[in-house]
Amino acid sequence: MASGIKDRVAILGMGCAKFGERWDADAETLMVEAFQECIADAGIDVSEIGAAWLGVGFDAQNIGPSGIPLAMALRLPNIAVTKVENYCASGTESFRGAVYAVASGACDIALAMGVEKLKDTGYGGLPVRTRGTAYDMVNVTGSAPGFFAQLASAYRAKHGVAPEELKRAMAHVSVKSHANGAKNPKAHLRKAITEEQALAAPMIAAPLGLFDCCGVSDGAACAIVTTPEIAKALGKTDLVTVKALQLSVSNGWELQGAGWDGSYFHTTRIAAHKAYAEAGITDPRRQLSLMEVHDCFSITELVTMEDLGVSPEGGAVKDVLDGVFDADGQIPCQIDGGLKCFGHPIGASGLRMIYENYLQLLGRAGERQRQQQPVFGLSHNLGGMPNQNVSAVAIVGMQGA
Amino acid sequence: MIGIIACGAYVPRLRLQRQAVADAHAWFAPGLRGLARGERAMAGWDEDAVTLAVEAARDCLTGLDRARVGRLVLASTSHPYLDRQNAGIAKEALNLPDAVATLDVGGSQRAGTSALIDALQAARGGAGEVLCVAAEKRRAQPASELELVGGDAAAALLVGEADEVGAEFLGAHSVSIDFVDHFRAEGSEFDYGWEARWVRDEGYAKIAPAAIKAALAKVGVAPADVDAFLMGAPMRGVNEAVAKAAGIPAGVVREPLAQVLGEAGTAQPLILLAQALETAKAGEILVVVGFGQGCDVLVLRARASAAGAMRGLGVSGWLARRKPEPNYIKYLCFNGHLDIERGMRAEFDQKAALTALYRSRKAVMALVGGRCTKTGTVQFPKSPISVNQNDRAIGTQEDYPLADRLARILTHTADSLTFSPDPPCYYGAIEFEEGGRMTVEFGDVDADDVVVGAPVRMMFRIKAVDDNRGFTKYFWKAVPDYLPAAAAAMAAQ
Repeated sequence: MASGIKDRVAILGMGCAKFGERWDADAETLMVEAFQECIADAGIDVSEIGAAWLGVGFDAQNIGPSGIPLAMALRLPNIAVTKVENYCASGTESFRGAVYAVASGACDIALAMGVEKLKDTGYGGLPVRTRGTAYDMVNVTGSAPGFFAQLASAYRAKHGVAPEELKRAMAHVSVKSHANGAKNPKAHLRKAITEEQALAAPMIAAPLGLFDCCGVSDGAACAIVTTPEIAKALGKTDLVTVKALQLSVSNGWELQGAGWDGSYFHTTRIAAHKAYAEAGITDPRRQLSLMEVHDCFSITELVTMEDLGVSPEGGAVKDVLDGVFDADGQIPCQIDGGLKCFGHPIGASGLRMIYENYLQLLGRAGERQRQQQPVFGLSHNLGGMPNQNVSAVAIVGMQGA
Repeated sequence: MIGIIACGAYVPRLRLQRQAVADAHAWFAPGLRGLARGERAMAGWDEDAVTLAVEAARDCLTGLDRARVGRLVLASTSHPYLDRQNAGIAKEALNLPDAVATLDVGGSQRAGTSALIDALQAARGGAGEVLCVAAEKRRAQPASELELVGGDAAAALLVGEADEVGAEFLGAHSVSIDFVDHFRAEGSEFDYGWEARWVRDEGYAKIAPAAIKAALAKVGVAPADVDAFLMGAPMRGVNEAVAKAAGIPAGVVREPLAQVLGEAGTAQPLILLAQALETAKAGEILVVVGFGQGCDVLVLRARASAAGAMRGLGVSGWLARRKPEPNYIKYLCFNGHLDIERGMRAEFDQKAALTALYRSRKAVMALVGGRCTKTGTVQFPKSPISVNQNDRAIGTQEDYPLADRLARILTHTADSLTFSPDPPCYYGAIEFEEGGRMTVEFGDVDADDVVVGAPVRMMFRIKAVDDNRGFTKYFWKAVPDYLPAAAAAMAAQ
């Protein structure tokens, strides 16, 4: 088995645009906003970037095809730019492209950009779109909340959880994230909410109410990566390195096969297992300092706690209600507010998660900084739907950790 | 012996309450109050004459080898397609072999009985077994009498030659007269009808009795010996008056289901016949009358096996599976009479790729999956490589029809965000008892019906309509299990 890329790539700089309903900005503006912060942080000139990857989920909605929009927005010096799309995991996918390019020695410095301009559709929620000619003929054209809501039905049936109890744990997930997002100037939604508000919200897709769903917003996030040696040569001292980067993609077993019960993410379990092995983590509940998971919906975050191995199977409801994942808990989850408060500009989200872990590791997270020095920050970026998805797990940490 | 081998029917679950319709129109057409009694069958937004026909045909063919059907005839005056054979769509949905003849019949309220007579005559001529289906989704102008009187339903009869049949075909008689009680021209949305008194006195009262007498004389049956008079005229007292004029005793005129179903146009005589066969005793004489630009009369004699011809739910079973619908606005929307704001999500382009539909027609239209001949793994849809995680066998899958198999709900939601003409959109994953799973929309459900583990059966429905190009996309939905144990056992054969 391959030995992995632990500590072979360092993050030189990162940037993140202000997420939100950016009526003032198009995709180009958002990319430049994230990039300016990122390159200033990296302390290099644009001419030093050897290759770039662009992650976008809904290209028909904003930038259009190819890597050209990134090259044009940043006026990159005719370097290779590749656009990647892997459902909502596109952000981490763009990071993976840049990191692998550096790890392979193909280039010294690489850039990953994730962007999405979703608020040009005229309506709330993610745009309705085709999933391909063959798929559309025999599958349901549902909404994202509708697909993820089904987790709750299966989870209740499997673990014998009362609907009210699960709903309360889901509410706690959102209340916690809103409390965190309120402290983050780059978050879209910055108001704390109460459990009562979450429980009383209008139903979107049963049993997911409005506050069980993340927002939909515009945003961009960016990373510049290089080797630890080059980073040091450029004068960097505290290095955040990539400990693990793993992706697992459904092959149709959940959708068409037999055995999956609908209550968890098969792929996340595989990606997490591989990522822990790559990072040398043996007890994630004790070793992980921070988690940024794909909380597109409260129920997704809840079951993901089990899929990542930080809660025992069937134990996430208790852990959530016990506050294990609150900002002052054992392993804070979404200390930046998560998708819940940032919203989910598809291509940007995976990089936004890594950005938060990067800031936290360097002690640069301001008011929301975790007091105990973090060691490993995990981000989990999920694309698709429970029965057919792309699950990406990235772990970053201080060099030598 | 030539006759009816099997029969079936289908009635949509919703029953529009006539009082609600009359109340809505009372300000404008107070006279409709006289028709405000009872309820009428109301197709869902996702049902049309073809889907109604398919369900009736499946009901009729419960437990029978479909390869025996040599010819499929579909009669309707509400065919969804003018030029794409509607019977051909039904043939695909029923997964009949390609070597079957199909034919659409229409153009008159008499189309159903004419098709049935033709089917019986063809069988007599050695054509093999004919599946004769009549289906109607009545399109009525709001505030018209037809809106209250009509109903949406279908019946299917398998006819042919056999040693024993449910009802023996004795003979038929037809007269054709261009008596224009109503008409609907090419491109017109609604019927245009003439004064009811004239239709009754010059039409029904003069044309039908003469035809009935001629039919009975032809087969040598005395009017007084008729045991069941099956005519579906929606006008009060007309069926009784016609029977009387033909010399048939008043007591044998069967209730035309006016209060519980409504008049399903050209399907109505066949529906009444299918229902009569449920309880017909050996030897009973049944007279079936179809009226429209003339008159068709069929004379049949029930055999000892008449009740056995109904193998599925039958008319009575479907009538019992009902949900009262008190919301007239919903009826208007389902039928496209009220153009409500549907939201931008409804703008999603539903263009169908006809090439892909043709390639995948067995999966899409007949819900045929694949079964790996090596491992037995069942999956939907078929694929080049098996989904079996332990044996990715290549090219080993044989056709495996799933449409008639029981499944259970694995996951579910009620989606209020996605566009549906009937929100919320219920959907989820189901697993077939004998293997195979799929994500599917749930039809004919209320919130309480959708729970993990609940048994469901598949129904052929409209998936979406491409309004831009006028193309209807069909697929299958899961509905709560409706089959009683005996019929389920037969279906499993």
